[in-house]
Amino acid sequence: MSQEKLLEVKNLKKHFKAGRHRTITAVDGVTFDIFKGETFGLVGESGCGKSTTGRTIIRLYEATEGEVKFKGEDVHGKKSKNELLKFNRKMQMIFQDPSSSLNPRMTVMDIIAEGIDVHNLAKNDKERKARVEELLEVVGLNKEHATRFPHEFSGGQRQRIGIARALAVEPDFIIADEPISALDVSIQAQVVNLLKQLQKERGLTYLFIAHDLSMVKYISDRIGVMYFGNMVELADADELYHNPIHPYTKSLLSAIPLPDPNYERSRRRVAYDPTVHDTSEQPEFREVRPRHWVRCTSKEFEQYKKEANK
Amino acid sequence: MSKLLEVKDLKVSFNTYNGEVQAVRGVTFDLNKGETLAIVGESGSGKSVTSMALMQLLPKPHGYVKSGEILFEGEDIVKKSTRDMQKIRGKDISMVFQDPMSSLNPTMKIGNQIMEGLIKHQNMNRTNARKKAVELLELVGIPHPETRLNQYPHQFSGGMRQRVVVAIALACNPKILIADEPTTALDVTIQAQILELMKDIQKETDSAIIFITHDLGVVANVADRVAVMYAGKIVEIGTTDDIFYNAKHPYTWGLLGSMPTLDSDEEELFAIPGSPPDLLNPPKGDAFAPRNEFALEIDTVMEPPMFKVSDTHYAATWLLHEDAPKIEPPESVQRRMQGFSNTGSKDGEK
Ligand SMILES: Nc1ncnc2c1ncn2[C@@H]1O[C@H](COP(=O)(O)OP(=O)(O)OP(=O)(O)O)[C@@H](O)[C@H]1O
Ligand SMILES: Nc1ncnc2c1ncn2[C@@H]1O[C@H](COP(=O)(O)OP(=O)(O)OP(=O)(O)O)[C@@H](O)[C@H]1O
Ligand SMILES: [Mg+2]
Ligand SMILES: [Mg+2]
Repeated sequence: MSQEKLLEVKNLKKHFKAGRHRTITAVDGVTFDIFKGETFGLVGESGCGKSTTGRTIIRLYEATEGEVKFKGEDVHGKKSKNELLKFNRKMQMIFQDPSSSLNPRMTVMDIIAEGIDVHNLAKNDKERKARVEELLEVVGLNKEHATRFPHEFSGGQRQRIGIARALAVEPDFIIADEPISALDVSIQAQVVNLLKQLQKERGLTYLFIAHDLSMVKYISDRIGVMYFGNMVELADADELYHNPIHPYTKSLLSAIPLPDPNYERSRRRVAYDPTVHDTSEQPEFREVRPRHWVRCTSKEFEQYKKEANK
Repeated sequence: MSKLLEVKDLKVSFNTYNGEVQAVRGVTFDLNKGETLAIVGESGSGKSVTSMALMQLLPKPHGYVKSGEILFEGEDIVKKSTRDMQKIRGKDISMVFQDPMSSLNPTMKIGNQIMEGLIKHQNMNRTNARKKAVELLELVGIPHPETRLNQYPHQFSGGMRQRVVVAIALACNPKILIADEPTTALDVTIQAQILELMKDIQKETDSAIIFITHDLGVVANVADRVAVMYAGKIVEIGTTDDIFYNAKHPYTWGLLGSMPTLDSDEEELFAIPGSPPDLLNPPKGDAFAPRNEFALEIDTVMEPPMFKVSDTHYAATWLLHEDAPKIEPPESVQRRMQGFSNTGSKDGEK
C-alpha cells in the first residue's frame, strides 16, 4: 500500500429535505483520505450515513457542502460531459442487494457489457463478447452463463455478476456498499476472497461499507467509524480493534458476537452513553497517535492521547 | 431435564410444477425444557421449513409432512386437528418470523396486536390484557409503553418493531419460542439488546427456544446446543462447545472456516466450494460429497448414518467410521476451534 492519496474527502456534508421544514443531516462534515491500493472500511449503526457518504462520493447525490478530490481533481466541480464520462469509468459501485441492482430483463452478457458500450471499450461484437467472457471467468463464473438471466443465479453468483459489471470498465476505485450482507457465511467468504484477489491482481482501491464488523476487520487496511453523520474515529484496522479510543467505537466493538462460546460467556457489552462527552466546545477530528484519529474536544484530546499511548 | 419436544425422522416436501421438492429429508432432534437449540446451515438447507412444520404452518396443500413425528409433550402435532393446533400456536409454541415487518399488521395499533393473543388464549378481559401489554413493552425495553400502545407499526424504528414482535411471541409465556433469524436485519448493538432480552426472559419463564440463524457469532452467544443442517438433514448436533471446539463434520468445518477471526492476517478465508444440491433430485449417498474435499468413495454410494462422538455429540459423516482414514480438520479450522478470540480483541472483557 502506498501513501499516495487516491481520494480526498474534505468536510463532506449531505442534507436531505424532509417535508417543508425539516432537513435530515445524513452526513455532517466528514473528512478522510483513501490511499491508492488500500481497502478503507466504513462502519457504524444503521442510518448513520455510510451509504450516503458513498453515494455522494460517486456523485449519485450532489454534496450539500465540502469537497471530494479524485487523483487530485475536484469531483464535484463543474465538468464537461467528457470529463464526467472519464470519471464515471474510474469509479464504480457495487450494491447491497444484488438482485435489485441487476435488470431482470437483460441477459448477463448485456448487463456486464453496458459499461463497455457506454465507454466504447470494444471495437466490435466479437471483442465485446470476448471481454464479457473473460470477466465472467475472472469472477469465477463461466461463459455459458452469459446468455442467462439474473433470476437463474444464486445470491452469491448474482453478486459476482455485479462485480463483473463494475470491473468491465477497468475502474481504479470501487465503492462496495454492504456487498455481502445479504449472503450467508460460506458465500460471503467466496465474495470477500474474490474482492481481495482482484485487488492484488489489479491494484484496485476499495471503500468497503458494512455492518459486519469481523468481515470489515478482515478485509480493511484502515477503518472509519461513523456515528450520526460524523466520523468519530479512524485508524489502521488492527489499531482500531485493539486500541479503540472513542466510547462509541468501544461500544460497537463490544457488541460483536464471535463464534467462540467461551468468549461469549464472558463477554460484557459496553453501552454507549453520549452524555459522557465534554460539551464545552465543538469537537474536531484530532490525531491522538500517528495515523489514529478521534473526534474530540481539546480537553478530551489530552485524555485520549494518554489513553491511546498507554 | 425433561423432553418437551421430540422430532423423529421428519420429512417435509413441496409439490411443485417441476416435481417434489424434498425440503426436509429426515430430521431428528429433541428439545428440553429451558434450553436453547440453535439451527444453523446455509440458505435453503431447510431451517425455516422445519420450523414451519413444528408450527403446522406449511402452505397447504402443496407443502406437507411426508412422514415422521413431532411429539410435543408426548402428543403428535402432525395428527392434531386445525382447531387443536390453533390453541397450541401462540399459547404453547410461538414464533418470531424471519421478516418482522410482515408479521405486524400495519393498520392495527401495536397495543391491540399484543392484546389479541392475551384475550384469545388467556381469557383476559381488555383491562387486564392492556395492563399485561404495558408490562410486556416495558419488558422488551420500549419506553413510554402507555403512549406506544396507541401507535402504529410505522411509528416505530426497525429495532423497536422487532422487539414488539418478540413481546407478542412472549405474551402467553409459551413453552417453546421459535425464533427464525430474529436479528439478521439488525445492527450489532440492537441485536445484542434483543439477545440479552430473550435470555433474561428465558431465565424467568424456563421456556425453550429454537433459534434459527446463519450467524455463528450469535449461535455461540445464545445456544446451549447446536444442530447443523445441510440439504434438508441434520449433519451434526451437539452442545455448543462440541460444535465450536470439536466439530467432526467437514461441512461444519467449512462453516467455521469461512468466518474471519479478529486477528486474522490470513490471506484467504476458507470458502465452501460449489453450490448446494438440487432438492428436486437429491443426490445418492452423502449430499455434501461433491463439495467435500475429504469425501471418501463410499460417500457417493451410501448415505452416512449418525455416528456417536459422545453422549451429547453426533455427526453424519463416514469419516467417523472405524475403517475411515484419520483426517484432521484443515489448519485454519483447528485454529478457530481453539478459540476465535484467543489473540483477538478482548475489549468486551475489560
Ligand atoms: N434519498 C434520501 N432521502 C431522504 N433521506 C435519506 C435518503 N437517503 C438516506 N436518507 C437518510 O439519511 C440518513 C442516513 O442514511 P444512510 O442510508 O446513509 O445510512 P446507512 O449508514 O447506510 O445505514 P444502513 O446501515 O441502514 O444502510 C438516514 O436517516 C436516512 O433515513
Ligand atoms: N413454498 C415452497 N414451495 C416450494 N419449495 C419451497 C417452498 N418453501 C421452501 N421451499 C424449498 O425448501 C428448501 C428449504 O427452504 P427453507 O426456507 O427451509 O430454507 P432456510 O434454511 O430457511 O434458508 P434461509 O437461510 O435462506 O432462510 C429450499 O430448497 C426451498 O426452495
Ligand atoms: Mg446503507
Ligand atoms: Mg429461512
